[in-house]
Amino acid sequence: MILLWLIVVLLAGGILAWLVARWNALASRWISLAAVCIDFVLVLTLWGRNSNISLAGTNDWFEQVDWSWIPQFGIQFHLAMDGLSLLLVLLTLFLGIVSVLASWTEITTGVGFFHFNLLWILAGIIGVFLAVDLFLFYFAWELMLVPMYFLIAIWGHERRVYAATKFFLFTQLSGLLMLIAILALYFAHHRATGIYTFEYTELLGTPLDPHTAMWIMLGFFIAFAVKLPMVPLHTWLADAHTEAPTAGSVILAGLLLKTGAYGLIRFAVPLFPGAARAFAPVAMTLAVIGILYGAILAFAQTDLKRLVAYTSISHLGFVLLGIYAANTIALQGALMTMICHGISTGALFVVAGALQDRMHTREMGAMGGLWDTVPRLSGVALFFALASLGLPGLGDFIGEFLVLLGTYRVNVVMAAVAAAGVLAATFYALRLVQQAFQGPNTHNWQLPDLAIREGLMLGVMIALLLWLGLYPQPVFHMFAQAANQFPALWR
Amino acid sequence: MTATDVLALLPLVLVAATSVVVMLAAAVRRNHAVALGITLAGLAAAFCSVFFVHPRQVTALLSMDSYALFFMGLIVAASFAVALLAYAYLEQRKGNDEEFYILLLVATLGGMVLSASTHFASFFLGLEILSVALYALIAYLHERPRPVEAGIKYLVLAAASAAFLLFGIALIYADLGTMDFARIAQLLATKADLNPTLLLPGVALIVTGIGFKLALVPFHMWTPDVYEGAPAPVTAFVATVSKGAMFALLLRYFNQSGFNHGFAPVVLMFSIIAVASMFSGNLLALLQNNVKRILAYSSIAHMGYLLVAFQIGGPMGASAVIFYLVAYFVMTLGAFGVVTVLSERERDADLLEDYRGLFWRRPALALVFTAMLLSLAGIPLTAGFLGKFYIIAAGASVGAWTLILILVITSAIGLFYYLRIVVTLFAQPAAGDRAHEPIPHRAPAAILVLAALTVILVWLGVYPAPLLVAIRAAISSIV
Repeated sequence: MILLWLIVVLLAGGILAWLVARWNALASRWISLAAVCIDFVLVLTLWGRNSNISLAGTNDWFEQVDWSWIPQFGIQFHLAMDGLSLLLVLLTLFLGIVSVLASWTEITTGVGFFHFNLLWILAGIIGVFLAVDLFLFYFAWELMLVPMYFLIAIWGHERRVYAATKFFLFTQLSGLLMLIAILALYFAHHRATGIYTFEYTELLGTPLDPHTAMWIMLGFFIAFAVKLPMVPLHTWLADAHTEAPTAGSVILAGLLLKTGAYGLIRFAVPLFPGAARAFAPVAMTLAVIGILYGAILAFAQTDLKRLVAYTSISHLGFVLLGIYAANTIALQGALMTMICHGISTGALFVVAGALQDRMHTREMGAMGGLWDTVPRLSGVALFFALASLGLPGLGDFIGEFLVLLGTYRVNVVMAAVAAAGVLAATFYALRLVQQAFQGPNTHNWQLPDLAIREGLMLGVMIALLLWLGLYPQPVFHMFAQAANQFPALWR
Repeated sequence: MTATDVLALLPLVLVAATSVVVMLAAAVRRNHAVALGITLAGLAAAFCSVFFVHPRQVTALLSMDSYALFFMGLIVAASFAVALLAYAYLEQRKGNDEEFYILLLVATLGGMVLSASTHFASFFLGLEILSVALYALIAYLHERPRPVEAGIKYLVLAAASAAFLLFGIALIYADLGTMDFARIAQLLATKADLNPTLLLPGVALIVTGIGFKLALVPFHMWTPDVYEGAPAPVTAFVATVSKGAMFALLLRYFNQSGFNHGFAPVVLMFSIIAVASMFSGNLLALLQNNVKRILAYSSIAHMGYLLVAFQIGGPMGASAVIFYLVAYFVMTLGAFGVVTVLSERERDADLLEDYRGLFWRRPALALVFTAMLLSLAGIPLTAGFLGKFYIIAAGASVGAWTLILILVITSAIGLFYYLRIVVTLFAQPAAGDRAHEPIPHRAPAAILVLAALTVILVWLGVYPAPLLVAIRAAISSIV
């Protein structure tokens, strides 16, 4: 039942925040914050209760809710949580708190509706991470789009309508392809067993001929690759990230992209192991291209948010590479990268948002020498830029290192080329710091430094990255169940 | 005809009698509210009677089976909503309003007859009752130029298409010697010496007549003009009841006569029409700036989606058609309901500009419209999503990949114009804009209808199981 409450609290909190905003906008913010915090604490207790699970790799869920929903189609309202989804839900809620705090002064119009959308996106994302009925999964997958669309289209920057529409079209069209794939699998399963079901555990191991399996797998893969985003399906990303308000960018980069990776790990590979194995070289090649391409494009940007957006393509390339390297180490790396990228990129977007709030520009050409006027903000930015380039001691390094290690065992060339991507990351991260924060303050900026709210939020994120970089074992332990079984899935 | 027969016809009798009562009441003393009250009471009674009628065949013409009763309930409920929407709309202008309800009831009766016909004679009768009432309804606001133009256009084209239909019926009759659907099915199955030179043109001509009513490509030319010209509540009626009743007939006719399975050319024809409708509807809607015209083209596309499910056939296809139709009724009534509520005394609120920043002035109304548009676009939590899901599922069950891929691609194109309206609704009004003026609250009845439609929309989108049970019962008599 607790899983249901996670979602209900967010949905109800969203409605309440909306209603209350009519009288008091501040109350609306506090309600949203409270709703997300309640969920966060709930999930933390779940972690505490399950932190001692054995590594033997039994396929038991920690928690589940399983109700009949639309019996005519064999659709169940089935939510379930294992170590993988637990940490991703935790990340979701953490970044949810960050998003609410980051919008505290940024959003002044339509406060109630904004928080309604924010909480409903989070509910949709949690639904994606918890659903083990494929229909419910698709339902949640689509559900998170609409509020995200509103978030960008209403509270975004200059070209918001264009960016929001593009985002919606890409994800909707690819989502519909996945729906067709889900239905194809559903009917194939019925033909093989005579049972109509969307249940994940039952659909695992559906006998499919290789040709069909490849087509159905591609339907899933495209939907997840668009979200990830994988080159060449990435073109929506830069616009959406850049035009979205800070909270929107944090959620997009930190969470929405992760739903794509999660989908690959949970569905695209286990449901179609044969097809995934055949497809792995293609996916890995595209991943490596994405790593380099994202890094090079990031280097060429002049818009701060756009730069950070392109780094996401590069980092998520590592995730894709780690998944299709098909071994435990690489998958652990991919999962670690997902968590750390969520935090570090989320923080960079908060920094970019804080700067835009103060300077009303995102152009790095208009910045320079900000260290003089906002030393704390600049120091924080330097820290997250270093995290992003993979400095040892910080979480991102662990993730990317393990991905490279795992990939090396499968394909040396891929690992070598991907390692060049880490090098490229140095260029864009340092360029960001140099152009924006170092050098003389030629434009004579006089800006207020970090407020307590911002400082606190970013401070916690710094601490988390350090913790993940120095003592990642609890996280690996949580992921172990999924990661240990993962290589066996491919056989 | 026995007393039981008359009892079985109770829903039809009630609606017909109500129209007479409204007429008599208006003859004694004109009163808009009384006319509405009688209409609503009559429709409510007819709706309730649907649940008490024992299914039976009444003469060769009408079959009051579970299928017909399901559609009668749907049609009567939709007319009920249209009557409530129309009240405040008509009240704004000072004219004679009572006749509107008489015409509405007669048109409803026509739609009900269509959904129950099992014979070409009753088919044609129902069609004409519906059409003739619609000519007058579309041109009802005769002091404005647009409605009159639309009415004439509809009259000319509908009359021409009825002629095509009659000719098609005649050709089939010439070959098979019967006009009864069930008998046609028997003959098609057994008779060896079928004459395809008469049969196929006959079917094609009938499809022309039906295609006109449903606004399928290439018989769709009238749709945008009539949608734009007709008063908003009438547009809602044309879009829902008129098309829904015709689709009910189409589904019954082809399922009972067996034309759409044994005859490859017929299947091919429907596929082509469906694809053409999906593409043209969605692409042409992109070019419009008038909300009513956008919705007109979008309805063409929706009929294309429906035709995909229809073409798939079988219990799965038939239930997908019915589910989608119910969803389509709800969302179309809702969308045109919002247009109706916002319409002013002189003109309908049909320009995209009329909706700029509506969210900041009338949030509830804007959200209802958004919900309806998202449902039309097929986004989860709404009935439209499950409808589309059902159609795609039906397609996947028989492996009709090409058709459902086209459906998916065209509905992604459709997202553009739905989102365009949604973005307009939420746009921040510029300073000094007309959009800053508050819109007076009026039409409480219409607001109530919109609230109810929104609840139904979400309810069907989240918990469709009861409706699925009802649909399964309804199609048991035709598939």
